[in-house]
Amino acid sequence: MMGGFRILLAFVALAAGLVIAPYVFSSGVALTMMSLMGVMIIFALSYNILLGQTGLLSFGHAVYYGLAGFCAAHAMNLIAANKLPIPLPAVPLIGAAAGLFFGVIFGAVSTRRAGTVFAMISLGLGELVAAFALVLHTFFGGEEGIATNRVKLAPFFGYKFGPQIQVYYLIAFWCLVCIILMYALTRTPFGRMCNAVRDNPERAEFIGYSTQRVRFQAFVLSAVFAGIAGSLAAINFELMNSQAVGAATSGQVLLMTFVGGIGNFAGPIIGAVLITFLQISLSDVTKAWMLYFGLLFILVVMYVPGGIAGWLALHRPLLRGGRIFKLVPIYALTAIPAAALVFGCILLIELAHHMLVEAHTDGPMLSVFRVSMNGASIGPWLSALVLFFGGAIGLRALWPRVGDAWAIAMNDKSEEAAP
Amino acid sequence: MLELITFSTLNGVLYGMLLFMMASGLTLIFSMMGVLNFAHASFYMIGAYFGFEIARRIGFWPGFFVAPLLVGVVGGLIERYGLRQVHRFGHVAELLFTFGLAFVIEELVNMIWGRLPVDYRVPPSLDFVAFRLFDTTYPAYRIFMLATAVAMFVFLLIVLKRTRVGLIIQAALTHPNMVAMLGHNVPRVFMMVFGVGAGLAGLAGVIAGPALVTQPSMAALLGPILFVVIVVGGLGSLGGAFVASLLIGLIQTFAVAINVSLADAIGPSAASLLGELGRAPLAQIAPVLPYLLLVLVLIFRPRGLFGTRES
Amino acid sequence: MTVAISLKDVRKNFGPTEIIRGVTLDINQGERHAIIGPNGAGKSTMFHLISGRLKVSSGAIELKGEDVTHLQPYEINRRGLSRSFQVTNIFPKLSVYENIRCAVLWSLGYRYSFWRFVDRLQDANERAAEIMEMIGLSSRHDVPAGVLAYAEQRALEIGITIAGGADVIMLDEPTAGMSHAETEQAVALIRKVSEGRTLIMVEHDMGVVFGLADRISVLVYGQIIASDAPQAIRANPAVREAYLGEEAHA
Repeated sequence: MMGGFRILLAFVALAAGLVIAPYVFSSGVALTMMSLMGVMIIFALSYNILLGQTGLLSFGHAVYYGLAGFCAAHAMNLIAANKLPIPLPAVPLIGAAAGLFFGVIFGAVSTRRAGTVFAMISLGLGELVAAFALVLHTFFGGEEGIATNRVKLAPFFGYKFGPQIQVYYLIAFWCLVCIILMYALTRTPFGRMCNAVRDNPERAEFIGYSTQRVRFQAFVLSAVFAGIAGSLAAINFELMNSQAVGAATSGQVLLMTFVGGIGNFAGPIIGAVLITFLQISLSDVTKAWMLYFGLLFILVVMYVPGGIAGWLALHRPLLRGGRIFKLVPIYALTAIPAAALVFGCILLIELAHHMLVEAHTDGPMLSVFRVSMNGASIGPWLSALVLFFGGAIGLRALWPRVGDAWAIAMNDKSEEAAP
Repeated sequence: MLELITFSTLNGVLYGMLLFMMASGLTLIFSMMGVLNFAHASFYMIGAYFGFEIARRIGFWPGFFVAPLLVGVVGGLIERYGLRQVHRFGHVAELLFTFGLAFVIEELVNMIWGRLPVDYRVPPSLDFVAFRLFDTTYPAYRIFMLATAVAMFVFLLIVLKRTRVGLIIQAALTHPNMVAMLGHNVPRVFMMVFGVGAGLAGLAGVIAGPALVTQPSMAALLGPILFVVIVVGGLGSLGGAFVASLLIGLIQTFAVAINVSLADAIGPSAASLLGELGRAPLAQIAPVLPYLLLVLVLIFRPRGLFGTRES
Repeated sequence: MTVAISLKDVRKNFGPTEIIRGVTLDINQGERHAIIGPNGAGKSTMFHLISGRLKVSSGAIELKGEDVTHLQPYEINRRGLSRSFQVTNIFPKLSVYENIRCAVLWSLGYRYSFWRFVDRLQDANERAAEIMEMIGLSSRHDVPAGVLAYAEQRALEIGITIAGGADVIMLDEPTAGMSHAETEQAVALIRKVSEGRTLIMVEHDMGVVFGLADRISVLVYGQIIASDAPQAIRANPAVREAYLGEEAHA
């Protein structure tokens, strides 16, 4: 196959990247972050089997991640207590089995319908499990959750997985395996039929396929991979609590996947890496980070429905003949008002939040982007408004020219013919 | 026992009517626009916060009348400048948009009013005991809520059954594509429906705020229940939404009020099969019940109690 | 001669309105059978009933001697009946080739397989390439089906229909909306793909119908008023009255 070699190359590069990453980003924070990224990549890719490949919008994907995580935590405790000869790297298989189990049960209920009804059922099931999580203390551990200790398991070739770096490599290994498996899945008869069912369920029924069966199978496989992700989370944190099955986690994976781009296989990977990075780095800096995520999500839904990966893929035809460089000036120019708009918006939100909620106790002084300012004075507000509206007006004025530049670059065939 | 039943029935009906004030708007929006408005409960929350803000500056009654209108306007604007842009990308994109919206509204409320509950109080004019049964009193404010909800219900009924707009809406419920064929300005109808639905939810928020807790998580707590209501009732069925609202209102109220566990009800041996679930008092299981009902309905009657449409 | 499709007093009503009012019809294996009739006669509804998209209100439908009345569309398809649609019904985001390849998968036994690569399925890829050639879209291999020209989409529609190797093919207005030249090409294609198969088609273009069909059934207000060879249909006064007459006046 034509693309076969390039794909192999991509996976080798990915594997090399995963191996090298801890040497490049060696701080403790970076290691923790990268471990979490690995988990989230698997989780987001598993979600995209549903949303991107099969066209099923789920609001309850955390159920399989979380339940598998709890199962893995309990399993680890059991293994440690009974000194069973099961090493830590095999625990994700338990997670996969748990994902399979719950995927079959809940999938049977929910995949009978597609579209909006499926979305609502997934939400209902998610809430059901979340509500149960607060009642069943033995399994979910109530407020404290279920703690476990990965070091208590039998060593694996001498590794006890105490240090984070060992956990990172464990996650990276599973992450690579899952990425390859999920990519392979898209290239199977079943993977193609998922796309067919997404595009036109009616016609799929007239070429011999039961759409319900396709949806069910996609759902179960997606739950299996979510289960692997969940068990890796249990290994990573050594703690599972009821939040893991809740609506917030379901929303998070939807956000990651969609912002990354559901139309490309790499989209969820980009989304998981980016959102995890922002989450960890922003949550210390600002209390409004959730709001920024929400706004980012809405912007993507409204203006870039292909997500980041989809937007990048638009530029692919331009790579040939270097036509992409024709876009650089206009992009650079547009970036100025866009940045102004974003900064203005952030400044407004931070100022408003500080003055409305925190000023009572902390006084009017706050700092945004390390610049301290007085929220009670007019200056910061004025500059925020100027940035915001200036950016908006500038962006509006420049927008048609971006489209023009696009059209020119796309139609320019001269350099393509030359070599 | 009698007082328990009386008060629980009253509270259940009240809760059910509140649910219906939101479920009716949600059903209308879903039936006419095909959009499942994830952010519907957020409008309820905005209603409560607007009501609170106006109440503390001017008074409860101006808030009671103005806040729902404001929420309606906000809803209309969101439809006009947000949802309509996404419409061309299809229903999934619309659903995602409202999902993001719910998220953003919750965070905005966090930013503006803080994460802690605000002190939205029952107005003094309604702060008295309506009646007393045996040892228990029933606050007048609850009677007022019930009256408002019932008035709203009657108003909706009259609009639907007796006016031209109502006829169009009814036609749209059964034949979603008809509105356009009748030559109505569809985008405007959509904006109105969305706005009115949001306003209704806002009104529910204004009156529920003082009785329940006005806090940023109130939308996230109620939203899923709302979906249960419209799925159980049958998508697109106003009558179904009404019955399901009352049903869920009563189930939840009674479950909380009756302090027995399954072990008491069906005998310890049968309940032991259920393990922990069997020993837990019913009040603790109450939050699970609507979703359990949802799953049961989906398994045994996928169209919902009164549903006619497939999706 | 064996019977491919047999309808026994098939009725279909939507609420109080009866659209198909007791159709009994045998279509022999290997024949090209056209169903004609005025607009609203129930031709498409009949197609939907046979292919399982709609369920009959009463009566029975047999496919090659087997009762298929209550089966799902995919079950009927697996028993060797495949249909096209009046309104183009393809997989718009998949490439043209992928459209065809998906349509051949089931018949070659790949079912819901997720442990084999599609690119490695030699038989499926050969069959798909063959069909691409047959419908004349080989040059449009990687184009998303949704952006094809109308006539190309109609050809793809036929390609998807025949790809699974069904021996009973139903085409719903295959030439509707086509220009003269396109229609001629389509007729040639239909002739080619229906070789050795049973063909049932709904068609408004009388040139196409009389050029292709071995037998013609006339459906008027949910009832078959005549079912005969083309010459006999042309001569049938009742048909002329009910249907062909209209055409002549128009």
